Amino acid sequence: MIGPAGVLIVGAGQAGYQLAVSLREGGYAGRVRLVGDEQGLPYQRPPLSKSYLQGDGNADLLPFRPQTFFDKHAIEVRGDTRVVAIDREARRVITATDEMLEYGHLVLATGTRNRPLPVPGHDLAGVHALRTQAEAEALRVAMHAADAIVVIGAGFLGLEAAAVAAARGAQVDVVETTLLPMGRAITAVMSEAFIRQHQRQGIRFHLGTGVVRLLGDSVRVTGVELADGTVLPGSLVLVCIGVIPNAELAADAGLPVANGVVVDENLATEDPDISAIGDCAAYPNRYAGGMVRLESVQNAVDHARCLAARLLGKPAPYHVVPWFWSDQGDWKLQIAGFTAGCQIVVPRGDTDSRDFTVYAFRDGRLAGVETVNRPSDHVAARRLLSTGAVITPEMVAAPDFDLRRATKAALS
Amino acid sequence: MPEITFVQFHGARETLDVAVGNTIMFAATSHGLEGIVGECGGNAMCATCHVSVEPDQLHLLPAMTDDEDALLDGTAIMRQPNSRLSCQIHVTPALDGFVVHVPERQI
Repeated sequence: MIGPAGVLIVGAGQAGYQLAVSLREGGYAGRVRLVGDEQGLPYQRPPLSKSYLQGDGNADLLPFRPQTFFDKHAIEVRGDTRVVAIDREARRVITATDEMLEYGHLVLATGTRNRPLPVPGHDLAGVHALRTQAEAEALRVAMHAADAIVVIGAGFLGLEAAAVAAARGAQVDVVETTLLPMGRAITAVMSEAFIRQHQRQGIRFHLGTGVVRLLGDSVRVTGVELADGTVLPGSLVLVCIGVIPNAELAADAGLPVANGVVVDENLATEDPDISAIGDCAAYPNRYAGGMVRLESVQNAVDHARCLAARLLGKPAPYHVVPWFWSDQGDWKLQIAGFTAGCQIVVPRGDTDSRDFTVYAFRDGRLAGVETVNRPSDHVAARRLLSTGAVITPEMVAAPDFDLRRATKAALS
Repeated sequence: MPEITFVQFHGARETLDVAVGNTIMFAATSHGLEGIVGECGGNAMCATCHVSVEPDQLHLLPAMTDDEDALLDGTAIMRQPNSRLSCQIHVTPALDGFVVHVPERQI
């Protein structure tokens, strides 16, 4: 089913790496190439805004596996290679250096890139972004020297970095255009609990306001001017205002693109020889009730496994309960299912304490569970949601409700 | 450095020198050892670094947390009384000669 050129994976992040590994684990004997535009071995991104930023910059902890592993499994890893076009008719891609790479099956695991901040001063020294290990290293070093930091964008990435900076003793200001940090992905109850928690650590929030310009002397950033005229001083500005899916390769090749590369529940594009997985793929998810594009380790890994199974002749549609985590200071947030936009929310435990759980409902039944410092509730919730058991707000609000007991009952 | 021995499901043994402070999961993945997946990178999120330890060495480990206990309920191969998550085992000098058994599968 796959031509002699084998599987060519464009993008060497979590999804691309996992697909290569899962193909070999499943017994695929053809050629596997993993092509990425960064140098070095494929590595984990989640620590970049967490332990790596906090720590001493030990990059040895980041690669998924050593080179010997890739050699042993005949996975050809090519770094520093940017693919610029797909020639679907000839079944090959073209690189930035005009090299042609043929494929039997092409997998787009191209991820996302950071959305640029379109205001004057965005290119001043001291303005940082965070996606790659090189950017994380630059930010980590700069954080050591900065005592006033402005984070633009209160998503997971921005708040994780803000918490690291605050723990170092820096004055941290966070600017966000909406009123709810992380509001695209979590309930309002949880968002507000995080605002209070970060405020307790000294972080200042500026919500519902935009950035007009970054101020600087001739070279370096010195502050951020907000829409209402407020000026926040800062010698370091971190821009984390979301991402753009890397879908241009697909679009230029005539494949449908809508908030990412459009694929079906088998992660297939319209072209039977091209699939898309991970952060760049927009796909139908039954737990969300429509098309979604998720940015997470879980999504990348489970997509890769699903696609590997199909390429190995055992197709099964992708129906997986999503899960996610974010470490912000002493609070570990974990999410199972889809909770954003849920109007009916039942918190259990004090949302100002060090651990609690928030249940979120859509159409009268449990759609997702958010926990802070309660990993065992999180694990149970993932299993409970996967059973499809109907759990109502009334059940969860009952004083004797026990999540692990409910999960055991649903599984039996 | 303490020596940790990994015994694969089919009996193959491999011994690694592991720096004190590193986890057994990281020792395995950074050496490309088979059978330890660690897909969440050691964050106690996924239960794909399941191992079982020698019953007479169990006392060398600190008691597991509630979180590790909960995750072990979701392992691919049903947990045993001597099951642990290798991302939660930090190597100490006392673990020199420690043996872990890798289950048949992690997923």
